[in-house]
Amino acid sequence: MKITFPHMGNMYLPAKAMFDDLGVETVLPPKNSKKTLEIGTKYSPELICLPMKINLGNYIESIEKGADTIVVTGSCGPCRFGYFAEVEKEILKDLGHNVEFVVLEAPDGNIKELYNRISKIANTKNMMKIAKGLKGGIGVLKRIDKFEETVLKLRPYEKNKGEMDKVYKSLIKNLENSEGSQAMIKLINQAQKCIEEIPIEKNRDILKVGIVGEIYTIIENFANIDIGKKLNELGVEVHKSHTTSGWVLEHLFYNSIGSTREKDIRNAAKPYVKTMVGGHGRETIGNTILYAKDGYDGVIQVMPFTCMPEIVAMSLLPQVQNEYHIPIMTLIIDEMTGEAGYVTRLEAYIDLLRNRREKYKNEKMLSWR
Amino acid sequence: MKKCYLGVDIGSVSTNIIVMDEEDRIVDTLYLRTQGRPIETVKNGLSQMKERLGEDVHVLGVGTTGSGRNLGGIMIGADVIKNEITAHGVAALHFVPDVRTIIEIGGQDSKIILLRNGVLYDFAMNTVCAAGTGSFLDRQAERLGIPIEEFGDLALKSNATVRIAGRCAVFAESDMIHKQQLGHNQEDIINGLCEALVRNYLNNLGKGKEIQGPVIFQGGVAANVGIKKAFEKILGCEVVVPKFANVMGAIGSALLAKEEVSKKGSTNFKGFEIADSNYAVKSFECEHCPNMCEVVEFYRDESLVARWGDKCGRWSNNINVESKKLAQ
Ligand code: SF4
Repeated sequence: MKITFPHMGNMYLPAKAMFDDLGVETVLPPKNSKKTLEIGTKYSPELICLPMKINLGNYIESIEKGADTIVVTGSCGPCRFGYFAEVEKEILKDLGHNVEFVVLEAPDGNIKELYNRISKIANTKNMMKIAKGLKGGIGVLKRIDKFEETVLKLRPYEKNKGEMDKVYKSLIKNLENSEGSQAMIKLINQAQKCIEEIPIEKNRDILKVGIVGEIYTIIENFANIDIGKKLNELGVEVHKSHTTSGWVLEHLFYNSIGSTREKDIRNAAKPYVKTMVGGHGRETIGNTILYAKDGYDGVIQVMPFTCMPEIVAMSLLPQVQNEYHIPIMTLIIDEMTGEAGYVTRLEAYIDLLRNRREKYKNEKMLSWR
Repeated sequence: MKKCYLGVDIGSVSTNIIVMDEEDRIVDTLYLRTQGRPIETVKNGLSQMKERLGEDVHVLGVGTTGSGRNLGGIMIGADVIKNEITAHGVAALHFVPDVRTIIEIGGQDSKIILLRNGVLYDFAMNTVCAAGTGSFLDRQAERLGIPIEEFGDLALKSNATVRIAGRCAVFAESDMIHKQQLGHNQEDIINGLCEALVRNYLNNLGKGKEIQGPVIFQGGVAANVGIKKAFEKILGCEVVVPKFANVMGAIGSALLAKEEVSKKGSTNFKGFEIADSNYAVKSFECEHCPNMCEVVEFYRDESLVARWGDKCGRWSNNINVESKKLAQ
């Protein structure tokens, strides 16, 4: 059994750590690239959202490297994500690829079946061993998410441009060459310390922007044309409303016990969306409001073209913008997205935030009327 | 000696150069077709401008904007390189200080910019849908055999409305052909087309945005009185077309250059002589990693002056861009 899984940000590292710990062989898909997207686009339905196109590209590239089992998470809820695995299965079959799909979900609430699937890819029925592997993976995941969060926060302040990128790059390289969660955790801890010690200039005039929207396009920097770094370079501190660890913990644990953070988001969104609209549509609204209340300068929504839950959110955002006096910009992405137009929008948006801050620096009220 | 600032707006369809004096008055404007050759166009434009200005001019500062802003900025030695949206906003504020809505329709893209209390408040930009741009109008005018300059006047002559489907350029065109076949007269069809373009613009860019007056209409298409009238009809308010409507981007970048130069005290302008240099762009696909970036190399007289397009900085960082000034 040679396991592979789709790329989503740095998730491949903790996933690898976990399978390493369990002694299961993995095939990492080549990093997301133009080629990945090209392959994925070629074989996907035209109007499906970008994440599926990239996922499919990942699988095909991995299969070429010898993978025979694909592991993905499942999801119910009114969004096409729930069908990805089924559609992808059929497409790969039509292409003559003989691979097995293991979808990590409990079909119709069947926990036993989920357990069967997990023990299949973990190559053991020993619950203790599985739990240990999972714990290691999550340990790596949480740390790497924290590391990324720190970089997005501190990079615009760094005294000598490029220092953090250097640490980041070498960390990723070292992680790719290491094995097992213990080794990875050690490396990340070192890098985290290192990054926090890089000299910064705290008194720079830096803006603060929150990123909301569809989780894949927020996390996967290839899909969002590296929005975090681009904003950092424009002098903006960035916070992303979704992380992989947040999602994993939410879905594996908190969902059953009711997490506090999610409750806040839902409550904030309530005046605008009362029910779940699929994907993270409701969270997009809720997080936008929380960012506004936290005093952020602006919020950017990132979404794939034709993403249904985000379209719902997008149509509500102008109202939020007016009521919370916070500029919100939406960036819609698909394989046709030209980087130049995207950069123009980002630059103009940051100009807008900067003007606004200068103009109202000494005024308490940020009213526009 | 004439002292002035230059503003250069390099778009994919047209390139505009304006000259502004120290009192912010517009001295001269120049409009050129880019025709997919921004480098040649900028060179050509600068040498024409030089000739028109005469011998003793002193350029205090220069700014570039438009989709070719970076390329042009490196060529000319711009003091500011700014996106089109900000440049248009700055220019509009200069002429109408209390402006609250800017409608901008150029050849290739269109924008809506909202201002409140003199600062940019919100904007949207549309670069993919051709049904809301000047190129589309050009094409339809050509198809009907009418010079584009007369297009607007014909629309004004219409007194019956023909509704054209304006959702997208392809639909609009086939619907126009259909209406022609039904025997509608040309004025009415053209008027219908103007209204379709305006509806398309408002549905696409204006969605969820509060359009408040004063409304200013700029960009190449603002010269079309038919479109202006359609905006006024559909919005139910007056729409102002400023005198320099088609070069507002360039004016904005000159104003920004002035501000920048006043801060830093000198200009990077390389002189009108750059029109005599030879520029070339080469590109290659980097094979160092799966990103396979298309790296662009920019040469002046055979020496490499800039490189861009790489995601990792391997190429763009690795060059000493000599900012040597040519004789000025
Ligand atoms: S320029 Fe850098 S990021 Fe782009 S393909 Fe080459 S090595 Fe990769």
